Amino acid sequence: MLEVSGITKSFGGLKAVDSASLDVQAGEIVALIGPNGAGKTTLFAILAGFHQPDAGRIVFDGRDIAGLPPHQICAAGMVRTFQITQPFARITVRENIMVGAYLRIDDRSKARDRAEAVAAQVGMAAQLDRLGADLTVAGRKRLELARALATGPRLLLLDEVMAGLNPTEITEIVEVIRAIRASGVTILLIEHVMQAVTSLADRAYVLNQGRMIAEGTLAEIASNPAVVEAYLGHGAAEVMRA
Amino acid sequence: MTRLALLLTLAFAAAIALPLVAPGYLVDVGMLVFFLAFIGQSWNISGGFAGQTSFGHAVFFGTGAYTSTILQITFGWNPWLAWPAAMLAGAIVGWFIAVLSFRAGLRGSYFALITLAFAEAFRILANSLSFTHAGLGMLIKADPRPANFQFKDPIWFYYLALALCIVSLLIAWQLTCGRLGARLVAVRENEDAARALGIDVFAEKVKALSLAGAIAAAGGTFYAQKYLYIDPNIAFGVDKSIEMLLVTMVGGAGTIFGPLLGALALTGINEATRTLASIVPAFKNVQPLSLIVYGVMLILIVGRLPDGLARLFRRVDRHA
Amino acid sequence: MLDPGILFAGVLNGLLAGGVYVLVAVGLTLIYGVLHIINFAHGSLLMLAMYAVFFLWRLTGMDPYAALPIVIGGAFAFGYILYRLVIGRLSYGRDENILLITLGVSIVIDNVALLIFGGDTQTIETPYASSFVELGAALLPLPKIISFAASLLLCIVLGLFLARSDTGKAIRAVARERQGARLVGIDVDNIFALSYGIGIACLGAAACLLMPTYYVTPSSGHAFVLVAFTIVVLGGMGSFAGAAVGGLVIGVIESLGGLLLGEQLGQIGISAVFILILLLKPSGLFGARQ
Repeated sequence: MLEVSGITKSFGGLKAVDSASLDVQAGEIVALIGPNGAGKTTLFAILAGFHQPDAGRIVFDGRDIAGLPPHQICAAGMVRTFQITQPFARITVRENIMVGAYLRIDDRSKARDRAEAVAAQVGMAAQLDRLGADLTVAGRKRLELARALATGPRLLLLDEVMAGLNPTEITEIVEVIRAIRASGVTILLIEHVMQAVTSLADRAYVLNQGRMIAEGTLAEIASNPAVVEAYLGHGAAEVMRA
Repeated sequence: MTRLALLLTLAFAAAIALPLVAPGYLVDVGMLVFFLAFIGQSWNISGGFAGQTSFGHAVFFGTGAYTSTILQITFGWNPWLAWPAAMLAGAIVGWFIAVLSFRAGLRGSYFALITLAFAEAFRILANSLSFTHAGLGMLIKADPRPANFQFKDPIWFYYLALALCIVSLLIAWQLTCGRLGARLVAVRENEDAARALGIDVFAEKVKALSLAGAIAAAGGTFYAQKYLYIDPNIAFGVDKSIEMLLVTMVGGAGTIFGPLLGALALTGINEATRTLASIVPAFKNVQPLSLIVYGVMLILIVGRLPDGLARLFRRVDRHA
Repeated sequence: MLDPGILFAGVLNGLLAGGVYVLVAVGLTLIYGVLHIINFAHGSLLMLAMYAVFFLWRLTGMDPYAALPIVIGGAFAFGYILYRLVIGRLSYGRDENILLITLGVSIVIDNVALLIFGGDTQTIETPYASSFVELGAALLPLPKIISFAASLLLCIVLGLFLARSDTGKAIRAVARERQGARLVGIDVDNIFALSYGIGIACLGAAACLLMPTYYVTPSSGHAFVLVAFTIVVLGGMGSFAGAAVGGLVIGVIESLGGLLLGEQLGQIGISAVFILILLLKPSGLFGARQ
């Protein structure tokens, strides 16, 4: 579904992403992991059209989308969430999600219904009337997910959706994401919370200092000494290999 | 009937009845309130809903006023036909300024200032060119017949202003209910998030400004037909821009009734200072006194009550 | 087209006027650089200072140049207090909000002036007002030359103050890195108020230098505000070199505009420059970030 090859992006003199490639098959959940500052969010931003890559190709559903503006990429079916949440502060959760729903739905009450359904899906039904600004971090993360989901995506780019959640919330969201995949949405996620990665991901890519240093199943990755050194640490690697 | 609907019906009835029972002076005041609410709604659309603060909104107002007046005087058009032409001109100017400014990536304060510069540029042009009669201004020949968009009895301007105000309220209501409005608000709140959700931010902003331009231009024509005289300062002056901004900011930007509330407040203050002036002879010059109060209100409202007066009336239920 | 002599005179006169505009722009750019406030009240405050110069002259016969220390001091105090009481208290959040607040301040000042002073234009008469200096084909009014020199001097003084004095260094520190300055113990709020005061003091100085050759009326604020913003945007927000270059350039554009396009249409030069800069290079000639 998504083929990314040789993406390179520099800001000033700094190479944030260096010849990164990955691919995602339809129906998969693929994780993108790596240390902080590795360039993961930058890569997402490039995929979603917020930055132009200096080099490389991005092919989504057979269509070359590199260079398209973000709103067209979203309309094509690839939707991102933001690591630093960006709620629409002065409107309600319902209205927030409706903005996403309005991508493919014209009618207000239909959009409203969809928003409420999506909210229920991610467990936000109780918060529909709260203002975006009044949500907790966990709430904002869920809102990011809900809004993106409401657009009817085919590929979701989730950027650290688990950050700041407690273990119970993590388990809940993992279930939600599983259900989303089951409903036919492919997922590429950036995550630091290993519990989530191991529960969800079929495969993973490891990005370090802008370069892909490994890819494969979680067991394969955990056996990769470079990955263990750069990111996982021996303890976590042991757990992942098990 | 819900409480709001009942209130609105009563207000509407009162508004209809007013000219039949009140002295002519109050009818004029009423007309002014509805007129201000109408042109304020123009600012509300681009500045309140879409969040693009404009300091030079008079550029649209003046475009409308001059377009219909020139078509009338120089080309002999019927003013009722010139009116939609003026609205179109306003929309085009809105489109033009929006495309230029937003293509260049202007936002926030820079956008506010460039609209000021455009208004000023138009003012200078109107002041210098012969087809706008330069500094002399343009005089419409008084011939009060309805066919001429002139009315002998001011009551008709009152009702027309009321109708325009209601139309503008309906437009604002539509915005709060529909996809366009939801997108404008998304753009206002967070452009990147809006983009990520499939909104063509640039296109939406251009739409907002074009719509605002058309409405303000319509107000310009109304003004010209009511007072039968326009000049560059009246049409494109900073005072007009500030008035449109104030009325909405004070009443509540981004709300349906904000401009109307603001118009009521501002007109009320105007009348109060006028009364004061008649009692206290020292205050000969009333106009600046009102504006001082407006300025203080703007400062207080932006500083303390950013949602304007509408906040005082607003309940959580925003889905009418 | 135009006689080269007239053009030459136009350019020189423009430079002379521009020299005083530099002072106005320096105040605005200082306020932006330190407080990140776009001070929409700048024009109105200049108008107020010009009235101060006028009334000092009317009531005591004081020469506008002699009034410099008084008006500069008074303007500084007024700016400092205005910041402490109004602007500083209410300026947070989106920068359009701060712009709106300074708009509110300018509305109040403009109309207080209108209420108290009435709508008439006022001018000052000085004994040397009709003295001219010949430079080639150009006849340059003496007061304009004095004002230009005075402005240059004051800019140098201000520059030295900012570069050498402790307060000046503190101001530059706050402009560059607000949090860091706080952390090393600088009273940032006081610096804000001081900087705003200095910005307005520049207006006080400019008022003294303008009154010998200009007039004042309550609506002068509007005209000056656009000129000031155009200069600062042209030169780059927060850049002193930009304010200096921009001031001179705008002075010349204004002068040549009037010569080439006539009294009325000539004014469009300023708006046109402003629009073009914003559309083509919003960071200005020397500007860093937007």
